[in-house]
Amino acid sequence: MNWMAWTLPTAVFFISIAVILICMTVYEIKSPCVERKGFLPIETTRGDRLFIGLLASAYIHLLFAGFSEMSLWIALGISCVWLAIVLRWG
Amino acid sequence: MNKVENNKAWFLVLPVVLLVAFSAVVPLMTVVNYSVQDIFDVNTAYFVGAEWYREILQDPRLQDSLVRQFIFSFFVLLIEIPLGIAVALMMPTKGRGASLCLILLAIPLLIPLNVVGTIWQVFGRTDIGLFGWALTSIGIDYNYASNPIDAWFTVLLMDVWHWTSLVALLCYSGLRAIPDAYYQAASIDRASGWAIFRYIQLPKLQSVLVIGVLLRFMDSFMIYTEPFVLTGGGPGNSTTFLSQTLTQMAIGQFDVGPAAAFSLIYFLIVLLVSWLFFTTISHLDKAK
Repeated sequence: MNWMAWTLPTAVFFISIAVILICMTVYEIKSPCVERKGFLPIETTRGDRLFIGLLASAYIHLLFAGFSEMSLWIALGISCVWLAIVLRWG
Repeated sequence: MNKVENNKAWFLVLPVVLLVAFSAVVPLMTVVNYSVQDIFDVNTAYFVGAEWYREILQDPRLQDSLVRQFIFSFFVLLIEIPLGIAVALMMPTKGRGASLCLILLAIPLLIPLNVVGTIWQVFGRTDIGLFGWALTSIGIDYNYASNPIDAWFTVLLMDVWHWTSLVALLCYSGLRAIPDAYYQAASIDRASGWAIFRYIQLPKLQSVLVIGVLLRFMDSFMIYTEPFVLTGGGPGNSTTFLSQTLTQMAIGQFDVGPAAAFSLIYFLIVLLVSWLFFTTISHLDKAK
């Protein structure tokens, strides 16, 4: 695994993504979801909302990294709140 | 009767999952790892956090390339989509003429990308190329090697020549799928040619066009070989697009960390646009 040049933050990042995906899979098996319409302009499944939340989170981090001097922990906090909102009401 | 649920079929997709993991997921994870480190060799790497992302996003060279890339893709779609529809509408519907047109349209698509670049490099030269010679003969001061506008014009023309066929073929297949009953109804209503196009053909082409727009956007957004062979990104940096800037950074300068951050930003842009198109296609199908 040396060639992959792992660091602790990237390992934590990928483990978090893997845990989210596993949890979503288990949740889907236990309670299959149906498409519904929330505040997003399209009907979405639980997986759609997760994808939209994660993609938007990536852009939030890029905006913070590229165009502000603020800490990325703030971006992470905003992303988590945004992800929760999209998953619940999106 | 109770249906027995059997999930063993999921094992059949395991080879594909493994293949995708090794060809896409693992390399992508490696790129993420590289993007947060300053790497000199396998054993010498320093964690730098989001430093490369900050540097890349504030790099005027990347910003210029990104703007050029969006302008290029915009013009590609603006020209190729209407032109492809027009060509498809004008093509014969049956007989030898139809077969001949299909063969002629398919030819540019079969030519390798670097060969297309070379063809247009020679074709556009004012001394030995027919296109360059013809333009200068009628008094137009044309030189794609020294004039940025001429270089852009040639790169766009080359892309239009190469890829309009794809849009035309997609539209042609979409047009052939429209049942005759629609045309018969239009004929009874004495609908004009424009009305037939506006209210029958264009709505029926919608799904095909979304696929065409998606393919042409993605391909034009990732263009590398043709402009690289034709102009080498010049004159100056006027035709240097994102892929070429990335290649210069990763291979030319061997800045692996910034190049990895650049790749991920590039990937996120492509992912966002693909998702938007995919969502549009899905919702168009649902609306039907």
